[in-house]
Amino acid sequence: MFEYVWLIPLFPLIGVVINGLFGKSIKNEKIIGGIGSLMVFGSFLVACSILFRLLSLPSEERLYELNVFTWIQSGTFKADIGFLIDPLSALMIMVVTGVGFLIHLYSIGYMHGEEGFYRYFTYLNLFTFSMLLLVLGNNLLLMFVGWEGVGLCSYLLIGYYFHKKSAGDAGKKAFVMNRVGDFGFLLGVFTLFWFLGQNYNIWTINFVELSKASHLLPVGGIVTIITLCFFLGATGKSAQIPLYTWLPDAMEGPTPVSALIHAATMVTAGVYMIGRMNFIFIKAPETMLVIACIGAATAIFAATIGTAQNDIKRVLAYSTVSQLGFMFLAMGVGAFAAGVFHLMTHAFFKACLFLGSGSVIHSMHHALHHAHSHDDPQDMRHMGGLKSKMPITFITFLVSTIAIAGIPGFSGFFSKDEILWQAFANPYHGSLNYVLWGIGAVAAGFTAFYMFRLVFMTFFGECRITPKAKDHLHESPFVITLPLMVLGFLAVVGGYVGIPKVIGEVFGGIPNLFEHYLEPVFRISEEFAKEHVQVTAHHSAALEWGLMGTSVLIAVVGISIAYALYIVSPSIPAKFTAAFPGLHRAVYNKWYIDELYDLLFVNPCKALGRFLWKGFDVVIVDGIVNGVAKVTMGFSGVLRHVQSGFVHNYALTMALGMVVIVGFYLFR
Amino acid sequence: MNQMPALLSIITFLPLLGAILLLFVNKNSHAVARGIALGVSLIVFLVSIPLITGFQNNAEFQFVELVPWITAGPFQMNYHVGIDGISLWLVILTTFIMPIAILSTWTAVEEKVKEYMICLLLLEVGMIGAFIALDLFLFYIFWEVMLIPMYFIIGIWGGKNKLYAAMKFFIYTMVGSLLMLVALIALYFKAGGGDFNLLKFYQLSLDPGTQTWMFLAFALAFAIKVPMFPLHTWLPDAHTEAPTAGSVILAAVLLKMGTYGFVRFAMPLFPLATAQFTPLIATLSVIGIIYAALVAMVQEDVKKLVAYSSVAHLGFVMLGVFAINQQGIAGGMLQMLNHGVSTGALFLIVGFIYERRHTRLITDFGGLSKQMPVFATIFMIVTLSSIGLPGTNGFVGEFLVLIGSFESSIRWYSVIATSGVILSAVYMLWMFQRVMFGELSNPKNQVLKDLNAREVAIMLPLLVLIFFMGVYPRPFIDKMTPSIENLVQHVKTKQAAANQPVAQSVPAQAVQAAPVPLPQAATPAEVK
Repeated sequence: MFEYVWLIPLFPLIGVVINGLFGKSIKNEKIIGGIGSLMVFGSFLVACSILFRLLSLPSEERLYELNVFTWIQSGTFKADIGFLIDPLSALMIMVVTGVGFLIHLYSIGYMHGEEGFYRYFTYLNLFTFSMLLLVLGNNLLLMFVGWEGVGLCSYLLIGYYFHKKSAGDAGKKAFVMNRVGDFGFLLGVFTLFWFLGQNYNIWTINFVELSKASHLLPVGGIVTIITLCFFLGATGKSAQIPLYTWLPDAMEGPTPVSALIHAATMVTAGVYMIGRMNFIFIKAPETMLVIACIGAATAIFAATIGTAQNDIKRVLAYSTVSQLGFMFLAMGVGAFAAGVFHLMTHAFFKACLFLGSGSVIHSMHHALHHAHSHDDPQDMRHMGGLKSKMPITFITFLVSTIAIAGIPGFSGFFSKDEILWQAFANPYHGSLNYVLWGIGAVAAGFTAFYMFRLVFMTFFGECRITPKAKDHLHESPFVITLPLMVLGFLAVVGGYVGIPKVIGEVFGGIPNLFEHYLEPVFRISEEFAKEHVQVTAHHSAALEWGLMGTSVLIAVVGISIAYALYIVSPSIPAKFTAAFPGLHRAVYNKWYIDELYDLLFVNPCKALGRFLWKGFDVVIVDGIVNGVAKVTMGFSGVLRHVQSGFVHNYALTMALGMVVIVGFYLFR
Repeated sequence: MNQMPALLSIITFLPLLGAILLLFVNKNSHAVARGIALGVSLIVFLVSIPLITGFQNNAEFQFVELVPWITAGPFQMNYHVGIDGISLWLVILTTFIMPIAILSTWTAVEEKVKEYMICLLLLEVGMIGAFIALDLFLFYIFWEVMLIPMYFIIGIWGGKNKLYAAMKFFIYTMVGSLLMLVALIALYFKAGGGDFNLLKFYQLSLDPGTQTWMFLAFALAFAIKVPMFPLHTWLPDAHTEAPTAGSVILAAVLLKMGTYGFVRFAMPLFPLATAQFTPLIATLSVIGIIYAALVAMVQEDVKKLVAYSSVAHLGFVMLGVFAINQQGIAGGMLQMLNHGVSTGALFLIVGFIYERRHTRLITDFGGLSKQMPVFATIFMIVTLSSIGLPGTNGFVGEFLVLIGSFESSIRWYSVIATSGVILSAVYMLWMFQRVMFGELSNPKNQVLKDLNAREVAIMLPLLVLIFFMGVYPRPFIDKMTPSIENLVQHVKTKQAAANQPVAQSVPAQAVQAAPVPLPQAATPAEVK
């Protein structure tokens, strides 16, 4: 089965070619969307069979490489087009094709009637193709192809409504910020390649070969630099501080795109990349610390912004940034499996939330359109009371919200709790662990707050839309609600594959299947940690229960505050805003980070460019040249008495020059 | 070897034949003149294909022709031509780009068509000749032959400021040419007279002082042509004023003369000076990359923006070449070809909209995607190729340049150059956004027609190459590898020999004693 792995990226690529070249003449939305979705479904089926085959093997044999052809070879450098199957990539292809298929399906309904329907499906398939290359590539360069490819599709899809300036701006911002990350990624590749080659004569970028050579790498030093470079790449792709500002703007794209690219798959690429190269990251304790701190900081920072946004998609966008922060926190404390686990559960509940918000926006849009209202269909201040109008959307949205808030029994609880526990109990960061846990727990509280604020503002209370429009509100069609139901279901049960040990023991020793499944991927790191990291403190199960209780309590508090503010006495938020106008403005304006970046980077670059052009090029260099020209003209004015015309003049000068030089050499 | 004799001469002088044929065409039969020029350039391209198929993957010069030519006193000049893996692709690039450039002028040039076509064909003679010449004097002649038609193309068929641009082009180039001529003759005397055989000069062991001066003279001529910062200011003017075909050829082929000159002449002839000036060249290259990107960002004229992007791209080429290792030079060579394809395509694209709107100001456009979807798709692909997106040609070259220079002594330059990938995305995408996205508000843009069949036909081969070279660059790299290997060995051996004072006088021993710079044993295949 494994030898058919190339089919997985091939199917969506076929979709790209068909819809890209002929979509415009096909015209029929059902056929275009059908082709796009079926191709991803085909990949999903292949991915399933690969996963089953993998599971049938003993865990130490769960590794397969297929090299299709050599892409670049020059001197010592060689990059293959080749695929790697191991538990990690098998999981990722399941998520990408599974969630991807549902979102393709959803898009058929959501994008109905949009201009450039075929273009949308072409991009979406191209994205799926790139994302699959990213997770399946068996070497750094092929991963980078996918890495840049998903960035391109993100750019194209954010700018899908290209006639809007904001959409074009957002797309460009996403691409450029990703490029800043790519700069780091590339430097990481260079340094790693060069260091292993120079010192150990191992010239490779292949993951399996790198993992075999990883014991040669020193701890810290150059490896810290290498991993920091890679992490810079991850901050770009996965929207972490300082490169997160593009993600909220990316909400300019169609909502299914936000679900697929900017929640479930692409933005998790940074987490995947660290997971893929865990054996290198584990050797750089400083980098791990940086990752943990950035992750925690992003988690809380984005969560605070999320509390003050009124655009339903923006809240979810900041939520995504914040949840990605949790994943990086996990990676930074060496809990790779927990990070990947949260990646998966997050893909379920956040995709469901985004698609649910899409369903709401879809309905709002139609209702407002019928009422000839120009209100923003994404603004939660116009919503309210939608739960009776859109029951399926409401239920699926609610369970996903409960999941993200970390209420026990839902998927998000298992993964988030595992991360918080590891942040507390990991052997790497000493007493900083308490801070990391604390920030994580508070961020989880904020998460519960802003998510329930969203639910209350959208689905509960009085309907604030104009009465005329209200009658046009309706539940979305089946093609939209079906993916919602599937994802909602997964958001509930998806966590049971990774029940934390301490809970499992209560229920008769259920093992943490997920962690066990990923063990071969992180084995090298585990062994390294066992040998080199001193475990200073041993924590009791009681402590773990206690912390778990605390974090659940914090989440409940968050929900209660949201309930108090948005259901019981909805006048308080306005009063609060009035009492602290400065604070509210700062949070609402995202702490003015965009403005800061404009001030620090964008404007100086433009000014410098202008100066170099008008100042240096035109005045200095051209000044000199024009000066020379004037002198030459004057000179040729003299010569013109003898000869006329440029070319003759030129030939004469040449000849004269030759005579002078030859003469110099002959007679010196 | 099934290499056709005299093939190189046929390829070189067929365009001349075409130009002569054009002389007999009626002044006003524009269609005939265009047809002949296109036909001739297409034939030249077809005839040049056996160069690829017949080329053996080794470091030898192939398709060699050696005929005594001029004997004047002590001067012995030969007609000595041949290609190796380095020049092969540049010749192909030239013959490939020419029909495209000629086809692009179909409706753009309506005056003096016959003369224009003659200039283009003469230009082709000069360019191919310069790439294949193995006799220094022959090279110099072709170099000059190439410049004059270009001067006329800018000066006669150019835009508003054509005379200024042509003059600037002329002065810059003349200064360089003269210096090169000086050095060339000096080199000749240093070698003890005889002929101007390049391969003979390769074997010289010049003293460091001489090398420095000669390198400077050659390097200046080539650096102007590249163009390297700060000698680049002729390029934006030349490009903006030149007609589309002129810009395409200038970018695609003419600039490569400079980088090719470094690879073929300056580096192997003066290895010690090369080592000495590597930091300087690397510095200028890196400044060029960043500087040109910043300046490109604030351009108001699309064509000028593309011209500045050329300066940045060529900076990458120079950086790669001066890494003096397999990856760096291979990357530099690939980047030369890529730049020819992508920037050539960009100039064609600018030409398309200029022909429609007679303006190139970015602010005059906006929202064209809606009106011209085919054009938008093609423009997007070319833009992505220009910013080096993986899967397109631009990436492979850029990546090899960067990894090659990272492995060499100019590592830190490579780090700075890598940041160029951010800036290139900024200026290209920003331009693309302002031209193609947004509201289609300008009424003049609302009536624009999408690309016609001819224009699509022009772009199609370029698009195919963009993807082909991005996905399967092996044929290109494999053919140039032995020659690059040879060059690297040659330069490194000479440099090593000079560092061993005793061995200096006995080069033969030094060759053996010198360590082989590339760790041959460590090919990835064996690591596996």
